Amino acid sequence: MFDIDLWREIFQSISKNRTRSLLSGFTVTFAILLFTILFGLANGLNNTFSEAFVDDAANAMFIRSGTTTKAHKGMQAGRRVQFRNEDYNYIKTDFDDNVEFITSRIYKNVNASFRNEKNNYSLRAVHPDHQYLEKTKVFQGRYINQRDMDLKTKVVVIGKLVKDDLFLKVDPLGKYINLSGIPYLVVGVFADDGGDDEERLLYMPLSTAQQVYGNNDYVDQINLTYKPDLDYNQAIDFGLDLEKQLKERFLVAPNDQRAVRVFNMAMQNKGINQMTSVLGILILIIGMGTLIAGIVGISNIMIFIVKERTKEIGIRKALGASPKSIVSIILVESIFITTIAGYFGLLLGVGILELVGPNLKTYFITNPSVSISLVLSATLILIGAGSLAGYLPAKKASKIKPIVALRDD
Amino acid sequence: MLEINQLHKSYSIGDSKLHVLKGIDLSVNQGEMVAIMGSSGSGKSTLLNIIGMLDEADEGAYILDQVPIKNLTEKKAAIYRNKFLGFIFQSFNLINYKNALENVALPLYYQGLKRKERQEKARFHLEKVGLLDWETHLPSELSGGQKQRVAIARALASDPKLILADEPTGALDTTTSYDIMAFLQQLNNEGKTILIVTHEEDIAAMCKRIVRLRDGVIMEDKKVTQVRAESHV
Repeated sequence: MFDIDLWREIFQSISKNRTRSLLSGFTVTFAILLFTILFGLANGLNNTFSEAFVDDAANAMFIRSGTTTKAHKGMQAGRRVQFRNEDYNYIKTDFDDNVEFITSRIYKNVNASFRNEKNNYSLRAVHPDHQYLEKTKVFQGRYINQRDMDLKTKVVVIGKLVKDDLFLKVDPLGKYINLSGIPYLVVGVFADDGGDDEERLLYMPLSTAQQVYGNNDYVDQINLTYKPDLDYNQAIDFGLDLEKQLKERFLVAPNDQRAVRVFNMAMQNKGINQMTSVLGILILIIGMGTLIAGIVGISNIMIFIVKERTKEIGIRKALGASPKSIVSIILVESIFITTIAGYFGLLLGVGILELVGPNLKTYFITNPSVSISLVLSATLILIGAGSLAGYLPAKKASKIKPIVALRDD
Repeated sequence: MLEINQLHKSYSIGDSKLHVLKGIDLSVNQGEMVAIMGSSGSGKSTLLNIIGMLDEADEGAYILDQVPIKNLTEKKAAIYRNKFLGFIFQSFNLINYKNALENVALPLYYQGLKRKERQEKARFHLEKVGLLDWETHLPSELSGGQKQRVAIARALASDPKLILADEPTGALDTTTSYDIMAFLQQLNNEGKTILIVTHEEDIAAMCKRIVRLRDGVIMEDKKVTQVRAESHV
């Protein structure tokens, strides 16, 4: 029930005892402010880690070939290992249980021109799965599809910057781009979070490239993603197994580091994952610590306030105040101050994060922010603790005989 | 209107027990003005505190306006204090962050009166003690005599049956003391029952009856011819 007289009493008590109110409010504001900022910074650190790997799928594996460095099973060192379509098919079928997406890649450099604009670009000839591996975002038209692969169509998907370079203001879809003398139909334009280099690329069907450039079934590299339900250790085992099988397939010595290389993101991610979970624990400890410090602070102040008001409580009791009214006046005041101060701390903290957040990128802190619900619950905990800390001494004070309270000078 | 029979009270100080009141019998009628006298440690303040329900007796009966005061819950005691009693203290005990009017209105707040009614009544009583012009002043802006008069107005505000004054002039100079006493006498003439604890003979002489305490028992209880305080002012 809303009791206007109680609130009048409380507002008077707050405004007439400014130092006391400000002191307790400041403690809460400061605790929430610290909590918000520390959590925000820690979150920012976390964001930096996860952002560093948004370019490619986190569960990717890259398989490259090179020349052998050791003689093995009658084969000389210095032999070049060349992947072919059959190797792609072998991995795709034999490791079907663990492979999510898979693509081959062929690298080429091409001179591209459209009307009067020309430039030099890297070209990647790929399978349709490549889109998921590279997290390519097609925002106009479409990506390479299976039909392109089957029919070896002369189509390309161009990066955003290629479009900007060559097509200027012309819509590239349906236009023909000239790649080293051969016209290709532009079917899509893409963006990539990996940055400018990744957007200055062209993609074409692998089968087309194999036919046009060399008429063979050579492949430069095979990329795949493992099934997301594999945990890090399973993924690492899968990578090691794959490497071992491939080395046997190409008669490469097991300890040859060059001829067949499998780069497994799982290895790297495992380390990062451990790092972020340690960071998470650290955040939790810091948050808890700040909160506990705040609780201790507000508790001390509440005890002090009740002590300071003992005489007032005695007077009020002599004039006929019931114990309940004594408790409620102290408690409502404390909850009110804590709520306002907590909210103020939250605003201040979020405001500071917003303000300085964008300037902290150099310190490995990206987009430092906190979820409002987290800070709200921290404030609620503080209010609860403040109320409890106020309730106990208030209850006690409401029970002391007025004569004892009045004697207190 | 007030009946006390064989009242006992002791305090424990460390291991030893201090027997402060050793069987007090006292009866006060409507309209009396009683001085309770005694040197310090005689138990006079303890007696007043028990009468004021600020403290509890260990033994004995206490009947106030036909209501036995015994085993009161905190809530009940609060209601009785508010309804029956008005307190005047030596150190005034005004709430320092409330102005004169708000201090006087406080007992009315605990009576559950509406704000408007409270202010009206509080103004009436402030006017009675001659401080209506000071209603917005804080206690720190008032002189000792003015503070005590605000306290008297506060004691009167709830229209109590009994006014209890614990050394009401203890912190005041002689002139102001007589001024306050003159006011209390005037209240008594209007029919209020007043109990004053004091150790000053001249103050006691301004009452109609003097009860002398020594070592927790009543030594003397006599009616006196009241000295009018106005004659001193």
